[in-house]
Amino acid sequence: MGSVGRWLRSFGAFWWDFIVGDDWRVAAGVVAALAVTAGLAAARVPAWWFLPVTVLVLLGMSLRRSIRHAGNR
Amino acid sequence: MRDVLLVLAVFLACAVEAVEALTIVLAVGVSRGWRSAVQGVGAALLALAAIVAALGSTLTFVPLGALRLVVGGLLLIFGLGWLRKAILRASGFKALHDEDAIYARELAAARAAGRTRRAAVDDWYAFTLSFKGVLLEGLEVVFIVVTFGSNQGSIPLAMLGAGIAVVLVTVVGIAVRGPLTRVPENTLKFAVGVLLTSFGTFWGAEGAGAHWPGGDAALLGVIAVVAITALVFVALLRRAHDRRVPGSPPVTEPVEAV
Repeated sequence: MGSVGRWLRSFGAFWWDFIVGDDWRVAAGVVAALAVTAGLAAARVPAWWFLPVTVLVLLGMSLRRSIRHAGNR
Repeated sequence: MRDVLLVLAVFLACAVEAVEALTIVLAVGVSRGWRSAVQGVGAALLALAAIVAALGSTLTFVPLGALRLVVGGLLLIFGLGWLRKAILRASGFKALHDEDAIYARELAAARAAGRTRRAAVDDWYAFTLSFKGVLLEGLEVVFIVVTFGSNQGSIPLAMLGAGIAVVLVTVVGIAVRGPLTRVPENTLKFAVGVLLTSFGTFWGAEGAGAHWPGGDAALLGVIAVVAITALVFVALLRRAHDRRVPGSPPVTEPVEAV
């Protein structure tokens, strides 16, 4: 890999780490939850409750993964 | 009310990052001399100001609904990261940030490095270390200033919160002449995590087309629910940690306030 390739790779890794962080499932979950909220709102179904509930579930699941990971080390 | 919360969230986030940047700059300044360290800080602050100006003026052209959807999503991802780490630290599953240890490590590394001169900079190592420290710690603050400011239509207000935090931390750092070890860093990170997650939820849902019952007042309800849930997670995980390591000394500071 050339120096440009290495630079691009480290540049991409920096932004991935900066935005997504160390649990990509949370980022994926947030995107999916926003899509479902938009779908509910478009169907004229009350949608405000879905995102907060999903966010708290995502937080709990992420904590659970972190603790399991800590226990396996 | 949203303006007060905006300034508070930016102030807290910026104070945390400023404490971390100050630790690096102090170690560089004490071990290598202040001239190049201060040049590095100045260059980084200029770069951060340019990023705020460029992003801020660009985001004003984006439709508010789309902006809230994207910004809400990014704030949620960011906020959940801060909150998860703060909960793990408060419950003992993750070590607390130790500014004293970081300061000692940076000091030893800075003393061991060689000295080279480039252009107007006497000590390139001191310059780049200060520059990187301030730029990297400042990027998260820039992100928060730009997203909060553009969503509320008030980037100057967000910059005010950031400016007060930087000045306060710098003045206290100069007065103490050492890393700010007494700042309740995890409690601040916990509060910032709660605020980012709550604003992200509120704006994200609005951007996706949902309507909050009670309008803007619903934000206070979201903050309360997120804060209480996070505190419940801290309590549950503390118990789990104590069961896993019976009789272990408390390694965490209490999360006494949000």
